[in-house]
Amino acid sequence: MPLESWGRYPKANQAAVPVHWRSDPLPRVHGSLLPFGQGRSYGDCCLNDGGTLLTTGRLDRLIELDADRGLLRCEAGARLGEILAFLLPRGFFLPVVPGTQIVSVGGAVANDIHGKNHFRAGTFGRHVARLELLRSTGERAICSPEENADLFAATVGGLGLTGLITWAELRLRPVQGPFIDGETVPFRSLEEFFALDADSSQRFEYTVAWVDPRPRGLRGLYFRGDHSSRAGKIEARATPTSFPIDLPGFAVSGPTVAAFDVLYYARGRVRAGKRLWRYAPFFFPLDGVGRWNRVYGKRGFLQFQCVVRDEAAVGDLLDRAFASGLRTSLGVLKTFGDVPSPGMLSFPRPGATLSLDFPNRGAETFALVEALEAIVREAGGAIYPAKDARMSPATFAAGYPRLAGFERFVDPAFSSSLWRRVRAA
Amino acid sequence: MNRVLVLGATSAIAQQVARVYAERGAALFLVARNEQRLSAVADDLRVRGAQVETAVADLDDAAGHEELLARAAPLQIVFLAYGALGDARRTEQSTEAAEAILRTNLSSPLSLLTRAAGRLEAQGNGCIVALSSVAGDRGRASNAVYGAAKAGLSAFLSGLRNRLSRSGVRVITVKPGLVDTPMTVHLPKNRLYSSPERVARDVVRGIDGTAEVIYTPWWWRWVMLVVLVIPERVLKGLSL
Repeated sequence: MPLESWGRYPKANQAAVPVHWRSDPLPRVHGSLLPFGQGRSYGDCCLNDGGTLLTTGRLDRLIELDADRGLLRCEAGARLGEILAFLLPRGFFLPVVPGTQIVSVGGAVANDIHGKNHFRAGTFGRHVARLELLRSTGERAICSPEENADLFAATVGGLGLTGLITWAELRLRPVQGPFIDGETVPFRSLEEFFALDADSSQRFEYTVAWVDPRPRGLRGLYFRGDHSSRAGKIEARATPTSFPIDLPGFAVSGPTVAAFDVLYYARGRVRAGKRLWRYAPFFFPLDGVGRWNRVYGKRGFLQFQCVVRDEAAVGDLLDRAFASGLRTSLGVLKTFGDVPSPGMLSFPRPGATLSLDFPNRGAETFALVEALEAIVREAGGAIYPAKDARMSPATFAAGYPRLAGFERFVDPAFSSSLWRRVRAA
Repeated sequence: MNRVLVLGATSAIAQQVARVYAERGAALFLVARNEQRLSAVADDLRVRGAQVETAVADLDDAAGHEELLARAAPLQIVFLAYGALGDARRTEQSTEAAEAILRTNLSSPLSLLTRAAGRLEAQGNGCIVALSSVAGDRGRASNAVYGAAKAGLSAFLSGLRNRLSRSGVRVITVKPGLVDTPMTVHLPKNRLYSSPERVARDVVRGIDGTAEVIYTPWWWRWVMLVVLVIPERVLKGLSL
């Protein structure tokens, strides 16, 4: 089975070589290398058309847990979900988790991912104490904010282009149990969202909103929560049921998405208010169904995620997305705080971040994404490479001013489909 | 039972089985050839909750077997997980290559398990678990020597099981189908392949229960049943 990104667009042809041992040298191959963890990036930043992917699924060993100092050292292919299941009975949690727990540590570092607590904790990379980078010269560089600091800053958010991360040491946060005291608040406009958000970020550690752009404005559900002091044990769930087939392309269209949105919103309203959540449904609602990307069929879908400082630009993006007639489901809206990101190419920066999913209908979808890109560029924002399949080299350069400094650290044997696309002259 | 001797501890299936026992807080004695890899596996299992001892050894060399088992004693579960697929082409051209496959997959396990069986029989309890293969159920054109070695191992285990049944020692034969591990890394993968995690789950369930011969995943039992009744003259025409 060929390796795909989560959005299943674009398609790429590449060899895959598994890395089984962190002590092994890099394989000798024709063409370029790119590490590939769980393939949860949406576009082409985890693809290497014509080259080789170094798959790290088997590089998933734990190395050392220092419970006194709250540090876990593990191999780069270890998945956050397994790490959390290991940590929780021992009283720890990861300080930053994304919207799916099926991502590798290496992928989390390479995309310098963020969570629902960015305004407090910053990005994942801020909690990486050290890592080992295997370069194509055979050199193994230990990188941290103190040691090889430039290479560390290039590797965090470096899209896998600086070499293979073999292991990383993560700072942990203590928790009392696996539960979240959460609250769901329905809202009816963008103004209401920003008011809720300003208030909630003062009082809660985690915040995120689901938005549904509609003709007469917006509606959404705002989720906020904190780690609960309630102790307890949660039995590790077996692998969730996977979506069994690729649906035909028309399955995700106006009526089905509208029906989903109505049901989701109604469910949220019914369950509005405070309740105790298990950590997994609170942080990783979409992991409840394995391979849910098959809903979009073989042609896949495009996710668009950007950050803009200007609140009005968020409204413009939502209006434009709705006007297109390509219904989006599961729009997600959050705000980033001003905690500085550690990577040269880190995406998070102060502002509001919006992500929208669109089924891949070819030219129609591309035109919409291009229009959204123009709004982002106009607003001086940036697009998230981990979600991107289409942005232009100009938008990339404008959104990532430290690009020139980063390029010096790219390993000459490493490349990716995204990198070749956004660096095209 | 919470003591497991893992022979071939860096094998993909062995690592997954050992993780289950590590989570149960077991005492593991791990044996493998490559020191760096063995220490990566040992660290992982220690962090997950096991007490771990290790020994670096080339198990092809039977001279060290007795001493190794003495170090690992007292034995409870003996899990033999090593094997080598080899290059089928080379075994067709060189008897030395064929003998190497027989040594790793048959004579070395035979030496280790005979000695381990003696110790377990004397103490009157314990469990021997060994990875054989569905490849031992019938010879295939593409892999005659490996199949012969695994057929020999399966027959040996079956004999051992019957011999030890009177002394309270269990013997479990595990017959995995195609598994996605370093051993098969060079082969193109298809839907018949399963993960080492899946195989490990079946192995542990078998040890916890009353299994004697485990096909894993389970449907290989029925696949092999069909393969076994195909007449030789028909089999000749199939490229299996």
